[in-house]
Amino acid sequence: MSELSLEPSGVADCVDAAVAYWGSDSTRLLQVLREVQERYNHVPPAALEHVARRLCVPISRVRGVAAFYDFLATEPLGLYHVLFSDDVVDRMHGSAALLDRMCHRLWVEPGKPSEDGLVCVERASFLGFCDQAPSLLVNQRPITRLDEARVDLVCECILARRPLAEWPAELFVVEETVRRAGPLLGDTLVPGAALRAALERCVASPTGTQAVLEEIKRANLLGRGGAGYTTGLKWESCRRQSTTPRVVVCNADEGEPGTFKDRLLLTRYADLVFEGMTVAALGIEAKLGFLYLRGEYRYLLDGLRETLDCRRRAGLLGPSICGRDGFDFDIEIHVGAGSYVCGEASALVESLEGNRGIPRNRPPRLAEKGYLGLPTIVNNVETYCAAAQILEHGVERFRALGTAKSSGTKLLSVSGDCARPGIYEYPFGVTVREVLADCGAGRTIAVQCGGPSGRCLDQDEFDRRIAFEDIETGGALIVFDDGRDMFEVARHFSHFFADESCGFCTPCRVGTSLLARLMDKISDGRGSEHDLQTIEQLARLLHGASHCGLGESAGKPLLDTLQRFRPTYARRLVAHGVEPAFDLDGALARARRVTGRDDPGAHLLGETA
Amino acid sequence: MSVSALSDPAVDPSRGCKRGEGPAPEVFALDGEAVPFEPGQTILQAALAAGRHIPHLCYHPEFRPHGSCKLCTVKVNGWHATSCTTPARAGLAVESETQELNDERRMLVQLLFVEGNHFCPSCEKSGDCKLQAVAYDLGMTSPRFDPFFPDRPVDASHPDILLDFNRCILCELCVRASAEVDGKSVLALGGRGLGKHLEVNSPTGLLRDSTATVDDKAMTVCPVGAILPKRRGFAIPIGRRRYDLKPLHLQAQEHAPRTPEPTP
Repeated sequence: MSELSLEPSGVADCVDAAVAYWGSDSTRLLQVLREVQERYNHVPPAALEHVARRLCVPISRVRGVAAFYDFLATEPLGLYHVLFSDDVVDRMHGSAALLDRMCHRLWVEPGKPSEDGLVCVERASFLGFCDQAPSLLVNQRPITRLDEARVDLVCECILARRPLAEWPAELFVVEETVRRAGPLLGDTLVPGAALRAALERCVASPTGTQAVLEEIKRANLLGRGGAGYTTGLKWESCRRQSTTPRVVVCNADEGEPGTFKDRLLLTRYADLVFEGMTVAALGIEAKLGFLYLRGEYRYLLDGLRETLDCRRRAGLLGPSICGRDGFDFDIEIHVGAGSYVCGEASALVESLEGNRGIPRNRPPRLAEKGYLGLPTIVNNVETYCAAAQILEHGVERFRALGTAKSSGTKLLSVSGDCARPGIYEYPFGVTVREVLADCGAGRTIAVQCGGPSGRCLDQDEFDRRIAFEDIETGGALIVFDDGRDMFEVARHFSHFFADESCGFCTPCRVGTSLLARLMDKISDGRGSEHDLQTIEQLARLLHGASHCGLGESAGKPLLDTLQRFRPTYARRLVAHGVEPAFDLDGALARARRVTGRDDPGAHLLGETA
Repeated sequence: MSVSALSDPAVDPSRGCKRGEGPAPEVFALDGEAVPFEPGQTILQAALAAGRHIPHLCYHPEFRPHGSCKLCTVKVNGWHATSCTTPARAGLAVESETQELNDERRMLVQLLFVEGNHFCPSCEKSGDCKLQAVAYDLGMTSPRFDPFFPDRPVDASHPDILLDFNRCILCELCVRASAEVDGKSVLALGGRGLGKHLEVNSPTGLLRDSTATVDDKAMTVCPVGAILPKRRGFAIPIGRRRYDLKPLHLQAQEHAPRTPEPTP
């Protein structure tokens, strides 16, 4: 890492270099800001102004975008920016104590840059390494399997101001643990094989490229992101649009806490992902492709770009793919900057356009008017992998596994209280109980399926099946044993949604924060039965009135746990009726600190510190 | 208002429908009564055109609806939907004036009250404020939740305009007016979640250094007291203001889409 230089000319050069790479179109705003952030660990005011000039956009938009994304800072963070993953699994594995240890060693407060400009230690919602928690990012590079020794080693490197390239390489090893492979993970794709098989079908079919869609439809491939929309129908409605060019987008913004399957696919199966996207491009006759990579996975960018280059050299991307005239398609990788809501397809498209990631109103659907108003499909990483395999190995092999309504296999990201966390590939229809047995979970009291926005299952529900006809999930399974307090889990999720709400609609913007505050109030020993009723009302309001899935889901973990684990709430309540949130004696704490007093006279009568 | 500022000039935003005479309009049911609509109209537009009130804050007849305040939430065939952005379709069964929906709307207004710093007795917009008026309409008697008391400094830099962000409900009407009507883009939205805020398009971030003028549409469209012309605060005394004289639900149609010409 080079020494920081904040000379204005340096900033302008940095912006110019980013604009030279990305171009000066306003859709490049986020990518240019991100590059500046990478160089300086913040985006200096001079850079904001220069970006506005170079991209010809209002400075208010530049500032607005910079303030939207967690990974863009407009104040200096220091030479080293450390982000601790603050998801529930990392917490279960002791991330909070390790963060405290690091802050103590470095003599900093969380979220506050050190005064010497050396380091800033912060929390991030979810980094994506639950199978090897606790984890952190330092200047965008992941360090997993944290323990006290590793944290101390990181502190030493930071205090010695060693460039990241000189840190022990072992620190940065990310393990990819496949615990159970099926047809998807057992695949050894020869790059181009699925594409050639698809092209053969198109040549043999009187309908031409429509044949690709017929195969996907016949396979009954349902979206692997969790919503389970029929992929073939989505592609077909996009193909029907007369506007061109059409756009293929891969949603690699794997932000649902507890999910890390896409990390594996992007690390080890990148060719399969790109092959699936290219197959889709053939099917809908698209020219433009984007992979939207979550900012937390920035460390995968160079490898992915290399894979793209290899594919271009092999004639599998670019003009006349596989020698077929008119089959022109290429893929560009955009990197996100820390925003969970951008995993929502239309918010992702907004982010691709360089805007704040606000979900759009529907209609129109993205298939009609997506990226820059062009017909667009957005699919999950795993969906594209499955699509490539369907074309390569045939519909029959795909449909041979799974249930009547859910064909094929599903990757599950298993983490939490289990002996063998990692990636498991199962045919659809597997029961939660089977997964728990395989991953070595014991004394399990609950499983959170599909992350905070999914659903919480208790022991009576472990015979339910992972399938679109029963429990549909993006694939995160977080296991909780009898040592866990499900109220604390729900409280943590309530803060997650409050932090990640985009703020567009009233119920989600304000309601998620109110839910988090009510949960804190109960946690602080000031809750009442009345607060539980209020939580239920707010959760229902969020579910009915929110603009997108984030708000709709935000109350679910609270309702689920209230229903299943009510005693963990009840034992914290102090009153039946209304109980004030305001802590009169607590409000004097600052005065006590300032005056250095803690004697009985500095407390309200009958209360002690 | 400038129609040319909108992306589809064939759409008359004041009616939200294609111009010209078509065949007899189709109808949907609003609380059991037939409401006619024209192609391109949303449920709210059609309802207002028929003189039927659905509470709303971020909708304005001159701008493209965007559906952020969620006050106009109705149930369409049993499912929640935002009526200002949901296209009207023949045969829909729309519920609006129900206890359940009005309870939800009241809670939404309470959320807006506790999010910002809204102190009606000391606010110069009192009586002209849509947030206050809709709260009265919905029978809100208290903010119910603990207020957030956000710290939002005012921008009093402009000689003729005061920006008091404490009262901003983030309806984006000023943003849309500035972009679509004034063609100035003086205001934009920034940030995320509770940190969402108005950004002024000027090098300093101050309104003084922007191109805003007091007669811009953007500076007159604010439904609350976030954007105020200076030196006019009490020209009309409290007690004789718009919503003092007549509750909001009885005059919504006055600034709603014009009633379609009756078909012969």
